Amino acid sequence: MSIEAPERPVQEHFPTPDEYAGLLSKRTRRAWVVQMFLLLMLTIAVLGLSILLFTIIDDSFGNVATVNQVEPEEGVVLAGLDPATTSFGDLGKDELVTALQAGINRNVGRRLEREQRFYEDRLVFEPQASWDELCASDDPAPGCTSSARDAGNVSLLVQEQVIEPDIIAVSGMVESLLNPAAFEEEVARDFAVNPEKYPDYTFDQVRFQWRAWFSWSFITSPASATPEIAGIRTAVLGSIWLVAVTVLFAVPVGVGAAVYLEEFAKPTRLNDLIQTNINNLAGVPSIIYGMLGLAVLVRALEPITSGSLFGTGAPNGRTVLAAGLTLGLLTLPVVIISSQEALRAVPGSLRQAGMGLGATKWQTVRSQVLPVAIPGILTGTILAVARAIGETAPLILVGAASFITQSPSGPFSQFTALPIQIFQWTSLPQPEWQHLAAAASLTLLLLLLILNGAAVILRNKYSRRIT
Amino acid sequence: MTSDTQREAVVAIPTDNGAPADNPVAAEHDDVDRTYEHDVNGVIRTSDMDVFYGDFRAVGNVSLSFAFNEITALIGPSGCGKSTVLRSLNRMNDLIPSARVDGEVFYHGEDIYDPEVDPVEIRRRIGMVFQKPNPFPKSIYDNVAWGVKINGFKGRKEAMDEVVEQALTEAALWDEVKDKLNDSGLSLSGGQQQRLCIARAIAIQPDVVLMDEPCSALDPIATLRIEELMIKLKQHYSIIIVTHNMQQAARVSDKTAFFNVELDATGQRTGYLVEYSPTDELFTRPRVQQTEDYITGRFG
Amino acid sequence: MQPAGARSAGHTRERRELTRPMALKLGAVDNMKEQLKKRRRPGERVIIGSLFFAGAISIAVTVGILWELGKESLLFFTDEVVSVGQFFTSTVWQPQAENFGIWPLILGTMLITVIALFVAVPIGLASAIYLSEYASPRVRGFFKPLLEVLVGIPTVVFGFFAITFVTPILRDIFGTSVVGFFNVLSAGIVVGLLIVPLISSLAEDAMSAVPSSLRQAAYGLGASKLEVSLRVVVPAALSGIAAGIVIGMSRAVGETMVVTLAAGASPRNFNLGSDSVFGYILSPFEAAQTMTGYIAITASGDISYDTIDYNSIFAIGLTLFVITLGLNSLSRRIVKRFRQEYD
Repeated sequence: MSIEAPERPVQEHFPTPDEYAGLLSKRTRRAWVVQMFLLLMLTIAVLGLSILLFTIIDDSFGNVATVNQVEPEEGVVLAGLDPATTSFGDLGKDELVTALQAGINRNVGRRLEREQRFYEDRLVFEPQASWDELCASDDPAPGCTSSARDAGNVSLLVQEQVIEPDIIAVSGMVESLLNPAAFEEEVARDFAVNPEKYPDYTFDQVRFQWRAWFSWSFITSPASATPEIAGIRTAVLGSIWLVAVTVLFAVPVGVGAAVYLEEFAKPTRLNDLIQTNINNLAGVPSIIYGMLGLAVLVRALEPITSGSLFGTGAPNGRTVLAAGLTLGLLTLPVVIISSQEALRAVPGSLRQAGMGLGATKWQTVRSQVLPVAIPGILTGTILAVARAIGETAPLILVGAASFITQSPSGPFSQFTALPIQIFQWTSLPQPEWQHLAAAASLTLLLLLLILNGAAVILRNKYSRRIT
Repeated sequence: MTSDTQREAVVAIPTDNGAPADNPVAAEHDDVDRTYEHDVNGVIRTSDMDVFYGDFRAVGNVSLSFAFNEITALIGPSGCGKSTVLRSLNRMNDLIPSARVDGEVFYHGEDIYDPEVDPVEIRRRIGMVFQKPNPFPKSIYDNVAWGVKINGFKGRKEAMDEVVEQALTEAALWDEVKDKLNDSGLSLSGGQQQRLCIARAIAIQPDVVLMDEPCSALDPIATLRIEELMIKLKQHYSIIIVTHNMQQAARVSDKTAFFNVELDATGQRTGYLVEYSPTDELFTRPRVQQTEDYITGRFG
Repeated sequence: MQPAGARSAGHTRERRELTRPMALKLGAVDNMKEQLKKRRRPGERVIIGSLFFAGAISIAVTVGILWELGKESLLFFTDEVVSVGQFFTSTVWQPQAENFGIWPLILGTMLITVIALFVAVPIGLASAIYLSEYASPRVRGFFKPLLEVLVGIPTVVFGFFAITFVTPILRDIFGTSVVGFFNVLSAGIVVGLLIVPLISSLAEDAMSAVPSSLRQAAYGLGASKLEVSLRVVVPAALSGIAAGIVIGMSRAVGETMVVTLAAGASPRNFNLGSDSVFGYILSPFEAAQTMTGYIAITASGDISYDTIDYNSIFAIGLTLFVITLGLNSLSRRIVKRFRQEYD
């Protein structure tokens, strides 16, 4: 028995096989073009990132054109030594003090000594009698109590007060490496064309040298009004203090809230409200948290945040404590949400197993659920803290001091922070400050890189241990 | 068929509501340790138990009595609520916020859903082994010791070692793991993991062990070992097991309860008890047509 | 197989010999009620209480924000030199001359947000489509972490980048007489770069949530990869993509440091009647202050409490809060609708 194939209805409007093949190649070509466009867009995003990083590194190093009021060799002469045999860097503390005495006038010297004395046992600029009087008064100078300056400090003073280097032009790293002559020609041309810009110097005085704006001494030097010697020690220490307060507040509270919401909260209206509220808080701009910090922590709670309630502390509430708590509040929703995700990833079978053995809910959570969730919680927390370190706007609101040279010593200290320092320096017009801002940015990015790296390592280590 | 119909299950195992004083067992054995005085109604008895998830009635009208030191199997097609019944017996359903139990569940004559009763205490006495082996991500030793520790075990390290060894021996796992007690529980094979879970459950000396399809994730050889273990364990524990495997129920259980599921007009599925008989009777001379249809493979 | 061990004889009430080893003794049956009685666990109650307290702190934060913004704004609006009508209608913001009209600040914020979206939406969306539909695992493994690095960079560093790189380039291209040192375009471009990873990751999430059965159905009809991506996956993920764009917008509105550094500190006061719309009001080359920029600049000086300046930043803050909250809830509503489609 043969089966007859049913007649197919003829479709006239379909392409013939040949037409279809042409169509297909056209479609393929168009697909390729679009795909290239997509890739191009992605590349642009990555290019933006690369240029950003390149700009920062390029500005963190480079040749500078400097004019010294006093050449370092003359400084050696001032110290009473022969520049032919001794270089400035070899000078000891006593010789540096001698150079300083020779290089600055007595009043400046007295001011420096009142800030911090040079020797424990003798005075350099101030007569003993007036010094005793000064220290016996109601308002003794800081120098009366603080320890003596060390050699490094005196060396900085000599550079700042005697040598007084003045950077008159700067160039980026790549230009300095590839074509250093161009920069020198440019400065020379500028001297020729705009002599009125440099009334105090001649081109002969200009020295060209390589300068690493980002250097160890940059990180360890305190802030200064002179860009040539300014560093970020104060700001780095401020940021570290802030992070400590932030972590101490946000981690216990955030993890606690996450445990409550994931493990204990019954679906009541109050608990729903808390959850919705946390999701909303995560989207509030950081500057709003700054305003909360300003109004509540700095102003309303001033007796606590300034430390006056405890008998110590700052003249107002603009302290490490207030700013750290502000960043803590800002970080809180992120810590809660990421901890919740980590807890949610713990299989429910573990909870059932624990409860099935006659453990209470808390016993189960503490001994079985939390240990499994910890790597996730840790990773999320580190990322949240990394975000807090870079926050600037809330710190501006709670009043990070713009210029402060004294390192913070506790929660009630006034402070400045790394991102604030970057902001301040970026806002200044002279190009030297831009390079300092770049170097500070580089420091901040390296700090964040270390933190993120730690998060990744921790996560990998723990997840290996569990499975 | 509507869900309103009060279905009458055929229960060949009567529950006797007589007071413990009438208990002939107790009367005969006045000299024995009353620690294990038995309620004639069995160790656990449910009376008109309904379980709801929100508005949805998952199981209705379950009245059952589970005997001491026997294995009782709950069988039935999937979705018939047999696991739900099992989880209601030690208040594991409390972990699901929307779950609610109506009717009564008696444990040694006390209603475990009484507001005065501590669910944690119930779960200590009525242990549970789950469908999928779920050892803690800790060492084998800690898996067993943890439950003992949190339940107030006061012994020293040596005493704990003994408890762990005993539990693992009882669970027929000791010989395989005694040299690697510090290895992670997760490093064991599936069957070993399940025996570890059994060891963990019996280490806290429960009265009853509930097993929710304990072999469904295991291969036939591991299944066989668990079955042998169950038969050994019933000397000491009352065991209630949910299984989707009729052969398994026939092999290990003393009594079997068969559940079925009905659809109401709105498409909701509610499980109900069809027949509860001694296992050999249920599989050879079922009293209800539905049971016969199920065990002969006509549906389910 | 036959089970080992004796089988109990049906339902006889037989008692077995109990030989169980005892570590924890179960009590006698007599006082079972007593034994099962609820224990008090005061320690745990304290712990759970404090966990709840930790959760409730977030409510306090919200209440604190609303309370402070509301209170100070009220002080601002009840000040004799301010009128609510002027605040919402005037196009001049000059606190020194007691002109408080919010529109110049909103204009600044809007200009920057729009420019940022022009940059971020095509880049973010294209990146998401490429990463979700085209990229091999290796390519993905290369690009995805780079986008995540972009998320981790502090905004103040982006601000530095805007000033030291983008602005000089723009001034080179369009001429220093056209482009001011502070300009909206530079700030907008950099804010756009900042929100690219946000938009791309949210869009990618939305696209990967599209069931693969849909893709397979389209391939089964002879569609090419491009047609599947653009005509099936993207439309199916559209609400998720839209929600991501709205979140990006909210982020741009609240962004502070880039705009403070790059867009300048002078509000773009305007007069709709006399000022040229494209030459000045909407010009991307001129400076403009945003709401966030005003708050930051005003607060960075030595601001004294209970002055009109102090109160004004809270009024601006409240406006900003309402706008971002509105955008965030809008995006959540869009996402909710999206979820319903696939359940």
